[in-house]
Amino acid sequence: MSIHKGRGFATINYPIGMNLGGDPSQALVHSNPDGKFGVALSSIDLGQGMKQVTRQIAAETLGVPVEDVYVDTADSDTGPHCMGSFASRGTHRVGNAVIQAAKEARSVMLEAAAEELEVNAADLETDGKGNIFVRGAPSRSISTGEACGAAQFKQGKTVSGRGIFLIPLSDVDPETGEMTPVSCYAHAALVVDIEVDDETGEVDVKQMNSAYEVGRALNPRMVEQQLVGGAWMGMSHALWETTEPYYPERTHGPADFNQYLMPGPGDIAPHDIAILERPAPDGPYGGKGPGEMCANPVLPAVANAVFNAVGVRIDELPITPEKVLRGIKANGGARPQGQR
Amino acid sequence: MSVEFRKELFADERDDNLNEIGKGTQRQDALGHVTGRSPYFDDHLFDGLLQIRCVRSPHHHARIRSVDFSQAANMPGVVKVIRPDDVPNNFNTLLSLLNFGRDDEALLSSKKVSYVGEPVLAIIASSDRQARDAVAAVKVDWEVLPHVLDVEEALKPDAPVVNEVYPNNSFDYHEKYDHQKLRYGDVETAFAQADKIIEGRYQMSPIEQAPVETNGAIAAPETNDRFVCYTSTQALFFSLGTAGKLLNVSSNRLHFIGGTVGGGFGGKVDSLVEPMAILGCMLTGKPCRFVWDREEEMQVGAPRGAERWYLKDGVMNDGRIIARQFTGYFDAGAYTRLSSYAIIKCTGHLPGPYHIPNVKSDVYCVFTNRTPATAMRGFGVTGVDFAIECQMDKIAHEVGMNPVEFRILNAYRDGDMKAHRREAKNCALIECAQVAAEKANWPIREEFKQASSMVGGGGERAAIPHTVTDEDGKIGDRRAGRSGGGRTRTIAPSSPAPAPAAYTPPPPPVPPPAAPSPAAQQPSYAHPAAAPAYQPSAAPASQPATPEAPPPAAPAPTPVPAAPSPESSPPSARPVNRPGYSRFASNSGFRRR
Repeated sequence: MSIHKGRGFATINYPIGMNLGGDPSQALVHSNPDGKFGVALSSIDLGQGMKQVTRQIAAETLGVPVEDVYVDTADSDTGPHCMGSFASRGTHRVGNAVIQAAKEARSVMLEAAAEELEVNAADLETDGKGNIFVRGAPSRSISTGEACGAAQFKQGKTVSGRGIFLIPLSDVDPETGEMTPVSCYAHAALVVDIEVDDETGEVDVKQMNSAYEVGRALNPRMVEQQLVGGAWMGMSHALWETTEPYYPERTHGPADFNQYLMPGPGDIAPHDIAILERPAPDGPYGGKGPGEMCANPVLPAVANAVFNAVGVRIDELPITPEKVLRGIKANGGARPQGQR
Repeated sequence: MSVEFRKELFADERDDNLNEIGKGTQRQDALGHVTGRSPYFDDHLFDGLLQIRCVRSPHHHARIRSVDFSQAANMPGVVKVIRPDDVPNNFNTLLSLLNFGRDDEALLSSKKVSYVGEPVLAIIASSDRQARDAVAAVKVDWEVLPHVLDVEEALKPDAPVVNEVYPNNSFDYHEKYDHQKLRYGDVETAFAQADKIIEGRYQMSPIEQAPVETNGAIAAPETNDRFVCYTSTQALFFSLGTAGKLLNVSSNRLHFIGGTVGGGFGGKVDSLVEPMAILGCMLTGKPCRFVWDREEEMQVGAPRGAERWYLKDGVMNDGRIIARQFTGYFDAGAYTRLSSYAIIKCTGHLPGPYHIPNVKSDVYCVFTNRTPATAMRGFGVTGVDFAIECQMDKIAHEVGMNPVEFRILNAYRDGDMKAHRREAKNCALIECAQVAAEKANWPIREEFKQASSMVGGGGERAAIPHTVTDEDGKIGDRRAGRSGGGRTRTIAPSSPAPAPAAYTPPPPPVPPPAAPSPAAQQPSYAHPAAAPAYQPSAAPASQPATPEAPPPAAPAPTPVPAAPSPESSPPSARPVNRPGYSRFASNSGFRRR
């Protein structure tokens, strides 16, 4: 009885946003008299970072520091309509709506500044630190707070903006399946190294090496969190989880986290990640949604690694020790496929 | 663990000098989260908050002869029993908000149950304990019916009918077929010319979304005849719209508050708890809380649905895939929820991120006597990606190729036509494969290191091939024992480009290696003549390749003269509404009220 090393590979792409479009999201942006901004959404922060990613998008577009923006999510009395946080649509759809709203608010802020500075608004720039200045003459400047205050108290302008993003609904052809499903795709490739114990059938994930292409990492730390967590979920789908262990039979269904198996801290594999950024032409600052796709390559990569290790193809998830042992037995023993 | 950014890739497509974008700034809500102060729906514990629990079916499939709650209604703490008749508009389907599919599910069922856990009654009591005790005291007289749990069993003519709205146990697509079709090229002819045929069967398991916070909502009367609802939903207006429809309440009388949720992963879209909590509030005039316990979350709450896939690939000895065929069965469980939609998403994703000139797929949304399935991370894609990528590994093994090189050889590139008849753009699969292999020290040959998503696609690879279509699987044929098919036709390409369904290899790597060895200049995939290329039986006259140009070729002869020929419309200008064709009829994305 021995331990067999195996290596598996998979590549995937992933459609961003609700399939076929037709899923609008809206945003409202407005400024207090001192130039501090609020963004009102009805989008949901599930822990994925909806508030923060839209906050950075709003700050970038407005040209103000991120501290000058707070985002409120999900009050139907104040936040305009959003389809919801699913289908990797939050960053892409809501981000674009926030850009549109923030651009409108920014243009009012710059008009107000222009009036105060007695220049043309087209000649103004923001430094991202809270100042508006005349291009080529940085000494002629006004703070964003002063500009917003003047707009509201002197000029009678609302420094506010409305935004919506909609990809129009696509049809589907019944005969050929012709359709316009989405406008952009994220990509990934993953190599997993495992060990299979041919006595117990257990699969131990030793290392993951991956490359994820996310359009643009709008907040690299949050992208990292998504990718690390998502790959863990992929590992878990591959080797542990199911609500119906003997599907399609409904027996042995777990009722709590004692029975519903998932990898614990000791099972987590080191994961070295490379992030690639090919901006989506219609993404907010090129961003795509990294949320869903990061789990997907892990499932097949693990199955392929099991074959490499012991020569058993497991085509039904999850890859339990029982299935591995039955496969090894059916083959008359482990059949390592050679080091990769 | 390490994270690196490969900024050198696609650098000229990006402006990296931005103020806030690209910075790892701390979340605005981090302080609240780490100090335990962020408010979730369950932090709104009103004085006198009432608790709701459901009486649920113990059977996979049963008729309800009678329900006796006389004892339960008089138990301590019980305030109100909610019966199916108390639900103002007790029939819904989640995607009615998009005008997709027919209403097929009750909030509380009165005649029949079709899965273990299906709710038939709800009890409102002063405490959760009292509500549970009262639930246990309800007596339901069940007439147990035969059930079906396997997707392929459910499609047999004599299978029990799971969902009366879809009596064939399959969702009706386009009011015409019992499945969603994808037809691109001619797989049968290509299979006949392939060096190898490789087949596989794959089974994706049902999976629990497993959020730390279970599904729940707290509703309370608000001033001026409104209701406030604190909710765990992932989709505020989806849940608001669903509650408004089931309860026959206008949207502006509902004040939904959520937005900070303890994990979702797709399991908090179904909007089952919000209507019940608000209904309890309407019936009692008091704040009501309806929260699933962990067992309900895991066994009654909708999981990621299981999927079964059959794949068949036609492959040349040099590793080129020339045809791929899918048959897929999504296990929707007893009611539609979102499975019908996931299949459309899945169909648009096929055949995966590869350039394959002949693709055919039939995907069925099947009703079985189990908990309805719903969204979960990667909905419509994760399951088939498992199938595709296991199949890719088998093919690489069969043709003796390095699996990384095999992916790069077949990868889609900018400008390639995809099977759903839109051009690929913004591709990066090859680069991901190269970088992942490099990080894992998995050697690949130089020509594969030099490959690029931006080079080698388009041209002949952008041509839409002659496509064989069929009318197999009309609604009701299967159950009636009619074969329903056999008639096939070939439709001309809708692009005036030359339309060989043969695989067109990408050109040799650009730029070529500095000092290439003869072998390095002869990548195995650059031998189109070495293998018999598929030739369509009726190639059109060759015309310049202008894939974006809308004018189609002449309409193909059609066996159904009355039907409009959808192929005669330019791809990007398809009308949404056609005679007898109502799905996705609304552009609003939101139900008019």
